[in-house]
Amino acid sequence: MGVEFIYPEFEVVRSENRCIACCVCERQCANEVHSFDAERKLMLSDETKCVNCQRCVSLCPTRALKIVKSDCRLRENANWQNDTIKEIYKQANSGGVLLSSMGNPKEFPVYWDKILINASQVTSPSIDPLREPMETMVFLGKKPEKITRDGNGALNCELAPQLELSMPVMFSAMSYGSISYNAHASLARAATELGIYYNTGEGGLHEDFYVYGPNTIVQVAPGRFGVHKDYLEAGAAVEIKMGQGTKPGIGGHLPGAKILGDISRTRMVPEGSDAISPAPHHDIYSIEDLRQLVFSLKEATEYKKPVIVKVAAVHNIAAIASGIARSGADIIAIDGFRGGTGAAPTRIRDNVGIPIELALAAVDQRLRDEGIRNNVSLVVGSSIRSVSDVVKAIALGADACYIATAALLAMGCHLCRTCQSGKCNWGIATQRPELVKRLDPVIGSQRLVI
Amino acid sequence: MLLDARNMEYTALNETIRNTDSEIEIINCLGQRFVGAGLQNKTITIHSIPGNALGAYLNGAQITVHSNAQDAVGDTMNAGRIVIHGSIGDAAGYAMRSGEIYVQGNAGYCAGIHMKEYEGKVPVIVIGGCAGSFLGEYQAGGIILVLGLNKMGKRIVHNFPCTGMHGGKLILRGDCSDVTFPSQVSASVATDADMKLIKKYVEEYCALFDANVWEVLDSPFTVVRPDSSNPYKQMYIAN
Repeated sequence: MGVEFIYPEFEVVRSENRCIACCVCERQCANEVHSFDAERKLMLSDETKCVNCQRCVSLCPTRALKIVKSDCRLRENANWQNDTIKEIYKQANSGGVLLSSMGNPKEFPVYWDKILINASQVTSPSIDPLREPMETMVFLGKKPEKITRDGNGALNCELAPQLELSMPVMFSAMSYGSISYNAHASLARAATELGIYYNTGEGGLHEDFYVYGPNTIVQVAPGRFGVHKDYLEAGAAVEIKMGQGTKPGIGGHLPGAKILGDISRTRMVPEGSDAISPAPHHDIYSIEDLRQLVFSLKEATEYKKPVIVKVAAVHNIAAIASGIARSGADIIAIDGFRGGTGAAPTRIRDNVGIPIELALAAVDQRLRDEGIRNNVSLVVGSSIRSVSDVVKAIALGADACYIATAALLAMGCHLCRTCQSGKCNWGIATQRPELVKRLDPVIGSQRLVI
Repeated sequence: MLLDARNMEYTALNETIRNTDSEIEIINCLGQRFVGAGLQNKTITIHSIPGNALGAYLNGAQITVHSNAQDAVGDTMNAGRIVIHGSIGDAAGYAMRSGEIYVQGNAGYCAGIHMKEYEGKVPVIVIGGCAGSFLGEYQAGGIILVLGLNKMGKRIVHNFPCTGMHGGKLILRGDCSDVTFPSQVSASVATDADMKLIKKYVEEYCALFDANVWEVLDSPFTVVRPDSSNPYKQMYIAN
């Protein structure tokens, strides 16, 4: 206490009339906010541990609970705002780098919300969905520059390998380790049922999920965790992760505490040892080097699978994308400023990168100007929240969208932004068996599909 | 099968290798990339110089090169063995998961970075000569052994070895008084148990490259280990 005390951000409001002291809240809270005082026969709360994940609120059988933002504030100051001051306290208390989870929560402009969609009416009549089926199928991959025919006039139908999507949406990379086995199982099942793809992230592919291979994109990141021939063979496409929108220029780091059992085996890192995936690929310093990795993956998979290169949206992204389009990659995935993460340094998350709306428009235009738009498909991600965001992204030039946070929300995430703690009460961003089992993959995948 | 790689594009060369029998001898190789990528159950012997990413994702095949090799030898290799009768370029054995790389001469920058290890799968790189800068960066497992033979006045390893090392062992022949290591690793004189391990790989090296085991072993050896497998543990505060 004393100088180190930071007043809790949330308050637990418990209706004494409604509470029956059933202790569900106590059992449900991995953060150990709730406890039962047997002597006074009362439920107690320790708000300092509350992250406002709403698990107790959702499961309280008598609706006796609510979590509210504390009104105990520091003196108002437009320059030194409450959060800013508290962040300095946290740093002064610990000496640590501020680490945040999920996408940027600050009030930056969301350009999707400032774009409106035009609709056809008279000269280009709108489609009657009962009469005319709406075609949403998309093929991602390199397209030929022009139609060619053989000597008999027959069309040359040979295409570079393509990904076939029933709709222009895919689940973006979330590693096994950052999210749970059941969360991965939910995504894999849902992707298979929907005829789309999910992405392993950089943590390798659990042996149980090889059966979902035809709907899996396998990722190759700087740490190369879990990358081997069978893994590359298992996926429908291989994605090289160069960058991530939440933290451009920053790598991945799964703490040793989460490297247990299957995760350790899948990543090939000893139990308890950190899994460090640094920011750069240490063998890539140029587009030529990237081309080498692209083609080494193509050689290893015998040119049967498209290769995706994922980059963060940063300044000069159009030139970078142009380089990637010439590197032999089949698909470029661009991840914007508001993208989510299991953990990122707060200062990087809140200050580095550019919004995907701007990056996408610039990249599409640049590739068209250079006459190489057909070389690659464009996939964009970072806080694509709804079908209207997808439509707007496609209107701006995307071929498909990557979604992750929206998928997590469908599975039960309440966006409390404390994934880094590993205590996700919804069984998503955790490896504790008693928490993981709270997410039933059958229900999880159903909620994604519906 | 004898394969003449003269004037062959790497795609054609590699397709031929994939589709032919298990024993292949390549002559007139001239910088073709990705030779042996992802292969298992093959023995490939190369005369003259293969290009970058030789044996990338190698999955059990045996590759012998009777000359120098270029960058990214054994990139993300999973199993098998690569033997180079010469020197190699940069970034050899990047994120290697298992298998062995033996280099008779020197290695360039960034050898053995991100090497992994899990239970019985322990990757090994043996470098007969000297290694360039950034040796064993982010090493998470496995064994890197540098013998420093024929140094000709050079240091056994150049600048910044072991940055971010959090697992495995780096073994250097000599007392390494002229090498600076980062603060999160400890360099110590090889123990008897270490020497047993070193002897095993030195014997293998000498058998492959016709060197004298006792001459090579007649030297102190320095073993570098990380102090912690969680080097970043204390660096963060939840926000």
